[in-house]
Amino acid sequence: MTTAQQAVGRASTSRRAKDLGFRLAMLVCLGLAMLLLGVLLVDVAADGAGNLTWNFITSFSSIDAGQSGIQAALWGTIWLMGVCALFIVPVGVATAIYLEEYSDNTKWWNRLIELNIQNLAAVPSIVYGILGLAFLVRGPLSLGPVILAGGLTLGLLVLPVVIIAAREAIRAVPPSIREGSMALGATQWQTIWRQVLPAAVPGIATGVILALARAIGETAPLIVVGAATFIAFNPDSLNSLFTAMPIQIFDWISRPSNDVNDYRPLAAAGILLLMILLLAMNSLAIWLRNRYEQKW
Amino acid sequence: MPSLRAARPRYGEAVIKILLMLAAVISIVTTTGIVISLVEETIEFFGEVGVGDFLFGTEWAPLFEPASFGVLPLVLGTMVISFIGMLVAVPLGLGAAIYLSEYAHPRVRKTIKPILELLAGVPTIVFGYFALTFFTPEVLRGLFGFDAAIFNGLSAGIIIGFLIIPTVASISEDSMRAVPQSLREGSFGLGASKLQTTLRVVFPAALSGIVASIVLGFSRAVGETMVVVIAAGLSPQWGANPLEAMETMTAFIASTAKGDIATGSIAYKTIFAVGTALFVITLIMNLISIRFVRKYRQVYE
Repeated sequence: MTTAQQAVGRASTSRRAKDLGFRLAMLVCLGLAMLLLGVLLVDVAADGAGNLTWNFITSFSSIDAGQSGIQAALWGTIWLMGVCALFIVPVGVATAIYLEEYSDNTKWWNRLIELNIQNLAAVPSIVYGILGLAFLVRGPLSLGPVILAGGLTLGLLVLPVVIIAAREAIRAVPPSIREGSMALGATQWQTIWRQVLPAAVPGIATGVILALARAIGETAPLIVVGAATFIAFNPDSLNSLFTAMPIQIFDWISRPSNDVNDYRPLAAAGILLLMILLLAMNSLAIWLRNRYEQKW
Repeated sequence: MPSLRAARPRYGEAVIKILLMLAAVISIVTTTGIVISLVEETIEFFGEVGVGDFLFGTEWAPLFEPASFGVLPLVLGTMVISFIGMLVAVPLGLGAAIYLSEYAHPRVRKTIKPILELLAGVPTIVFGYFALTFFTPEVLRGLFGFDAAIFNGLSAGIIIGFLIIPTVASISEDSMRAVPQSLREGSFGLGASKLQTTLRVVFPAALSGIVASIVLGFSRAVGETMVVVIAAGLSPQWGANPLEAMETMTAFIASTAKGDIATGSIAYKTIFAVGTALFVITLIMNLISIRFVRKYRQVYE
């Protein structure tokens, strides 16, 4: 063996050790993040599993912890998600179509709209609550703390998520499809409505579900908007007072517990139910993405 | 001679374009609405409280008699908790990003990334519950004993750190993966090891994206509400002891708005004044982050 080979050999051993050490350190970082997620899921499941009964789902909130349930909050959440979806689907998709298919990027107002959406995606959720309080609940619209105000506040909050997802889905449709359609004499809107949108539906649907999955767990804006914490009826119209699952959970967490009435297990059961809903929504989104993903 | 000119003007097409544009304008209206609602009440707030007293006062007791409106304890609480969060999120998030981008097998990456997204999708109220009922009593009290108050800034900060790991990891990973393979190959060709290539070639080349991810993560930490409301307590602290209860700007807004307060009362106006401070701080950070993201996109895409 020549000295040169020995030098390379020695150097590479120590280099390999360093490389391996670094690689392990990076793996540990990833592992710690996963570990916390695992501990969190196990902890929540363990606390909640025994209390998530049919009785819990079908009872109203009560001072008596043993009799308490989440029915009003569950229906409140369903109503909120309905309002939210009815708002974000048309507005989000229309905005995405405008930005992808019509807007001229050299115009300053179109760039402003884009920058604005990027910023809105990162505005703290509680600030949307303030907007809802000042404009929807009181002030100009004065709707009061009702389903419509809560649903629209959540809708404004997750609108950027839908817009960004819908834009990506629309962008993924190859230009050749549009050109083919136009060459056959279709107008721009006919092309979008009959060719581009159908091809982009799976991506848009995935984005909408993920946006609703984000909205379903939002607590802070609903607190500010003034969702009620103690309600023993289901909402029956857009003008009903309401409570929602995260609000009810928060109320149970922050209520002082004693030996007679312990509200923590209720909070845990509520969280478990919320997580199950979320998992179902996320799975649906992933399934949609994999099932209908088009390779052009 | 047939003409390629449109036979007749298509008014429908023009109307549709205008409708779509109106939808796009809703996002502008949202921002305008946020600014107007904040500014209007904030101006009224400063009609009753001096600007200097608000910005530089060190005692926050708006609902007591006599009231005192120094916002600094809330800002300090927010910064201490966010800083603790960053101490957790930056090393762990960047480490995870480096592993996923440079080392992980594509199949591993494809499984891990959705799980990280799942972590990002867990509602913050769940993290708050976890911080209060598990992390503080089981972990922090295990380390510090009863020096750790049941409501404390450290627990909230660490849990917020985990909450923003996905933000930091996913943007950093995107920007590292956007670094062209030829740069890595050039580095290997010059005899550099994988470690050297990662730290001295890939990392600097992806720096703008990494900075963007950190700034955006910080912005999220500052705006995070439920974890601090539940786990950090609601006592404004003019000091930086993270084992004691602390109040942040977001926690003050949420806890004050929870009670049914009268429109026009000073309590109502404080929500907006603190909200304005919060909005301005996060707006500045968001714009910095957007700028850095654009920079890396321009260079490599």
